[in-house]
Amino acid sequence: MSGTRVLVGTRKGAFVLTSDGKRAKWDVAGPHFTGWEVYHAKASPADPKRLYAAPSSGWFGQQVHRSDDGGKTWEAVGNQFTYDGATGTHQWYDGSPHPWEFKRVWHLEPSPTDPDTVYAGVEDAALFRTTDGGKTWHELSGLRNHGSGDRWSPGAGGLGLHTVLLDPKDANRMFIAISAAGVFRTDDGGKTWSPKNKGLRSEFMPDPTAEVGHCVHRIAMHRSRPSTLFMQKHWDVMRSDDGGESWREISGDLPTDFGFPIEVHAHDPETVYVVPIKSDSEHFPLDGKLRVYRSKSGGNEWEPLTKGLPQKDCYVNILRDATAVDAHDPCGIYFGTTGGQVYVSPDGGDNWTTIVRDLPPVLSVEVQTLA
Amino acid sequence: MTRVVLPAPLKRLAGIDGDVELPLGPQVTQRAILDALEARYPMLRGTTRDHVTAKRRAFIRFFACGQDFSDAAPDDPLPEAVGAGREPFLVVGAIAGG
Repeated sequence: MSGTRVLVGTRKGAFVLTSDGKRAKWDVAGPHFTGWEVYHAKASPADPKRLYAAPSSGWFGQQVHRSDDGGKTWEAVGNQFTYDGATGTHQWYDGSPHPWEFKRVWHLEPSPTDPDTVYAGVEDAALFRTTDGGKTWHELSGLRNHGSGDRWSPGAGGLGLHTVLLDPKDANRMFIAISAAGVFRTDDGGKTWSPKNKGLRSEFMPDPTAEVGHCVHRIAMHRSRPSTLFMQKHWDVMRSDDGGESWREISGDLPTDFGFPIEVHAHDPETVYVVPIKSDSEHFPLDGKLRVYRSKSGGNEWEPLTKGLPQKDCYVNILRDATAVDAHDPCGIYFGTTGGQVYVSPDGGDNWTTIVRDLPPVLSVEVQTLA
Repeated sequence: MTRVVLPAPLKRLAGIDGDVELPLGPQVTQRAILDALEARYPMLRGTTRDHVTAKRRAFIRFFACGQDFSDAAPDDPLPEAVGAGREPFLVVGAIAGG
């Protein structure tokens, strides 16, 4: 019997949810790192028992913890994230220069082939990498120093590097996304980077089509088609079919195209999921109805998925790292809310159930499909 | 023997039950205490002061003998009672929130 393990990061710790391949009955373990904000936890694809978590605290700073037994026990590893060389300034909210300062890890992306190699996206935006299982972290400073860093500005949640996509067909290519700077791509393993934001339009900028400065909330890809990217932007859902060289809008018939997460179905690269919320100042579902939207045509035509989700008086938000898909057949879809619920649909979005409903606000959800 | 009292989150992080006793000389400083603490519990590095600059984290305070030493220079001598173990060195998470 295959298994399923869901890693949930919350404002006050991490939880590990486990089930079999049916995903009907769940065990809830935790909290781990009690009292710490866990922006993200993720497993190594190369070793399913190897997990990494990034608890942080406004008082006590950043921690990184590692588990080698699937999340039963954890040990602290290296937590020193020192920028490489002079840091200079980025833009503050009002456009004035502001010193670069490390605040926290937003996202951990383990290597698909080496359990000891992990990328960390941090705030203020930069990309770090460990190759020794988390003992030491080194900045890939070609990103921060590529030339536009002084024009990056924080989104409402901070200047966070929140998305790291490793190209499964080209070990030297990866994409990252920063709020609010945009998408960047490297083709040489992280030494050099270039912005990939052509086609994006952001009305909050003096030049709405500028090369950088866009508040990209999340990007996603299907591993069989790494040149096709999907994006949930501050407003607008976007798509690229040329590795980020150009983007086109696919919001189509969505009732609102503001939101944070975006996911691609595990077995169909043209099936995409978003969770629209009302607006940039009203971070809750439209009309109090929690609806996941699915497009089976790669965008533009969207259908609301509602069975099992609250359809009145629901005013939670779903944050950018709080959705995930498993690789079972049928594909399971997961998301966590700022109200502390974690939902699963074991049938690709048609029917939803609550795994657990009273956790602290959920910051991140990742899932492992276990043999 | 210098006695150090840590806030609960750091005790949980380091697996400490009770206070920490550090075999330092009678004349102790903030830096000597934190150096010894981090040497014994490496997971506490970065939690009270910056890894590189050793600057105190903004929401951490240091108390001893009813006085606030948060803004004292790290190499200033602490009261003799701290080095003698009669009074603890308190690492405190600043009050914040409602």
